[in-house]
Amino acid sequence: MALPAHKAAGVRPAAPVALLVLAGIGAAFFLIPLIGLVLRTPWTAIWDQLRSPEVLTALRLSLLASLSATAIALVVGVPLAWTLARLTFPGRAVLRAVTVLPMVLPPVVGGVALLLAFGRRGLLGGWLATTFGVHLPFTTAGAILAETFVAMPFLVITVEAGLRSMDSRFEDAARTLGASRWTVLWRVTLPLVRPSLVAGAVLCWARALGEFGATITFAGNFPGRTQTMPLAVYLALETNPDAAIVLSLVLLAVSLAVLIGLRDRWLGSS
Amino acid sequence: MRLGIGSFELDVDLKVEPGEVVAVLGPNGAGKTSILRGLAGLLPLDVGRVALDGVVLEEPVASVFVPSERRPIGMVFQDYLLFPHLTVVDNIAFGLRSRGTPRPAATTTARQWLERVGLAAEAERKPGSLSGGQAQRVALARALATNPALLLLDEPMAALDASTRVELRRDLRRHLESFRGVRLLVTHDPVEAMAMADRLVILEHGRVLQSGTPAEVTQRPRSRYVADLVGVNLFRGRASSNVITIAGGGSLMATGASDGEVFAVVHPRTVALYRTRPDGTPRNVWEGRAVDLDFEGDRVRVRLEGTPAIVAEVTPAAVRELSLDRGDPVWVAVKATEINVYPA
Amino acid sequence: MRWRAVVALVVLALSSACGTSPPASSSSSALNGTITVFAASSLTSAYTAIAKDFQQAYPGSMVKFSFGGSSTLVAQIQQGAIGDVLASADQPNMQKAVDSGLVAGSPSIFAHNRLEIVVAAGNPKHIATLSDLAHSGLVVVLCAPVVPCGRYAIEALQKAGVSVNPASQETDVKAVVSKVALGEADAGIVYVTDVKAAGASVQGVDIPPGVNVVADYPVAVLKDSQNVPLAKAFISYLLGAGQPTLHRYGFAGP
Repeated sequence: MALPAHKAAGVRPAAPVALLVLAGIGAAFFLIPLIGLVLRTPWTAIWDQLRSPEVLTALRLSLLASLSATAIALVVGVPLAWTLARLTFPGRAVLRAVTVLPMVLPPVVGGVALLLAFGRRGLLGGWLATTFGVHLPFTTAGAILAETFVAMPFLVITVEAGLRSMDSRFEDAARTLGASRWTVLWRVTLPLVRPSLVAGAVLCWARALGEFGATITFAGNFPGRTQTMPLAVYLALETNPDAAIVLSLVLLAVSLAVLIGLRDRWLGSS
Repeated sequence: MRLGIGSFELDVDLKVEPGEVVAVLGPNGAGKTSILRGLAGLLPLDVGRVALDGVVLEEPVASVFVPSERRPIGMVFQDYLLFPHLTVVDNIAFGLRSRGTPRPAATTTARQWLERVGLAAEAERKPGSLSGGQAQRVALARALATNPALLLLDEPMAALDASTRVELRRDLRRHLESFRGVRLLVTHDPVEAMAMADRLVILEHGRVLQSGTPAEVTQRPRSRYVADLVGVNLFRGRASSNVITIAGGGSLMATGASDGEVFAVVHPRTVALYRTRPDGTPRNVWEGRAVDLDFEGDRVRVRLEGTPAIVAEVTPAAVRELSLDRGDPVWVAVKATEINVYPA
Repeated sequence: MRWRAVVALVVLALSSACGTSPPASSSSSALNGTITVFAASSLTSAYTAIAKDFQQAYPGSMVKFSFGGSSTLVAQIQQGAIGDVLASADQPNMQKAVDSGLVAGSPSIFAHNRLEIVVAAGNPKHIATLSDLAHSGLVVVLCAPVVPCGRYAIEALQKAGVSVNPASQETDVKAVVSKVALGEADAGIVYVTDVKAAGASVQGVDIPPGVNVVADYPVAVLKDSQNVPLAKAFISYLLGAGQPTLHRYGFAGP
């Protein structure tokens, strides 16, 4: 008994007017700043700005740092997510809380923590410098580290959720067929959580791209070395607002593209 | 073997001879899946031994534990668990490839198996687009492709609807017969068990209650579960000179009963009901109360309270004639010769 | 009954609050109310102390501060931040504010500052002059060129003919001090007032007057001020009774 086509298409729950008004205000809250940014963009000058050395340098550095941070997060974060999802051990709850911590910590606090750990006088920093000659503050590697610190939790949480919601009996089935633990992981588990892997990696990358507080505190600010796009925007606001707006627009476009692309995975089930 | 999961304890002793299909039959929660998981190595034993073809796969006291991936087993799961991200042929080839067979050889073997189960056309499809029956055949092919020594089937028919079940049962029986290893299946469906198995093992609450050919088990039920399955009345008691004192109250007179602990089976259709105390040859006459009437087509099953309680099967006409209603007192009569007694 | 009492209390409280705050943009005989002062970070300690004295001198008045890099402050005001007074660490930033029409009247210089090299306490790297900063093994941080102290530092380095590769260009002068204090950087160029304010965790290395830069600190009333009389009074205080305090913190008089 199918409904007549027009009825089936138009059926929707009746929404109270007050709810719609509030929702409208909520939407405006998000839309208006973005519209303002787009409207104030110096569209005629945009190509020149995009090709100016400061903008290109900051863009290139941002892409390099954020992609590196995401790569590190994948290599280290996926095993961590697997451990949190599949193994039981004392202190697991604490480990999970610590993993999520950078998400709720103010980024500058994260930067300070990184200094205390990897700075010249830090817990590991001094040892790294004397043993390996590795210096992290004020370097691109330091910027990558700062971005990884704040962005990796997004990956870990997303992948862990995916692993938990996956039917682990598929892994049982694979084992009865003779698959070793590694084979199970590579050929069954990870392919089955691919949506979560992708979503997690993209969120991680987007967060790394936008990181400011931890980067400037730990890695400092130097064009071409540690001045990522958000830092460039901050400083450009004072001297070259047009450049600042263009950079902001680029960041906005990238983030929007990412979120729209992820829409179904984020809202639906993975 | 014995193993525990939480508060549930499984304590069974299973022996499967080569060449026989054994079905473990029992109600849900009896522990059937746990047996399979234990044999597969997915659930470690607490105590006991798992040995296949003389090779010990697991023995906690001797610290022997062969992990699942190294046991020569093939398992068909209840909802098949076909890998959704692989095509049908890749699913079947999975076991071979995991054990080291190179891709081309594995795919060839997989395709051969697909032919054998009649699904060659579905090779490149994904499991999600298969019907229940097709998925079951793929799952079977996948389990058999690695040439296991032990084939385990967990409720193979459960996920299918009634109409496909009948046809596929025949197919499955055929495939099982052509398989030369050890075959063990578990199910809660007695029809399935009877149709497939050479030997039945009745499992309830983690314990084996009875074991034997389907005929043996049904003719001589040793548990309420089987009795209900078959649809007979089962009593347990102590016999002495053909008088059985029933555990729980009442007594029955039978013929040919050996002394000692016995089971007594009374088929409902041999139970006669009267409004007044009958005066006749039946040796077993007592008063009861009709607590339930179940109209099943041309039969009525009357459940009676009394000492002992019993189920009678009569015609609807008889019920009308007696004006029998729920709660009515009624006299029950059973002939001694109609009672089937055997040692417990 | 109780509700009416609550309402009455509320009305009373509101009316008394209304009573004490001065009506906007009309002069009142008593100098009170609140002003917001945007001030360069290098003025942090000095201004906080001066505000205390000022509030005592003018009871009923309150001074609120927003400290930051001068260029950041001007940008904020350009974008619409509301305040009463702007005190910048250099003329160019103040000029930007004047050119944007944000300033009422004309600015006055109220203090001077000088640059100093800041190093860790004990000067472990034995830095003595600006040219020492060019050593390749040293980690040197400067203010970003858009910030006054960054501009001044570049000027001083040019005067001394020294070329330095900073590890970072911080967004305000306090950040430079903290990087040195934390031990992350070996040296930085900041104001003498910052070295004084930082206390025992750092020490200063003098920059000779020949190559040093004199920073002029202008102050002005902002056009959008809601309390011009009090703002003007604060500036007068800076130029008068507040001078000893400024000296105490290392600034030189106008």
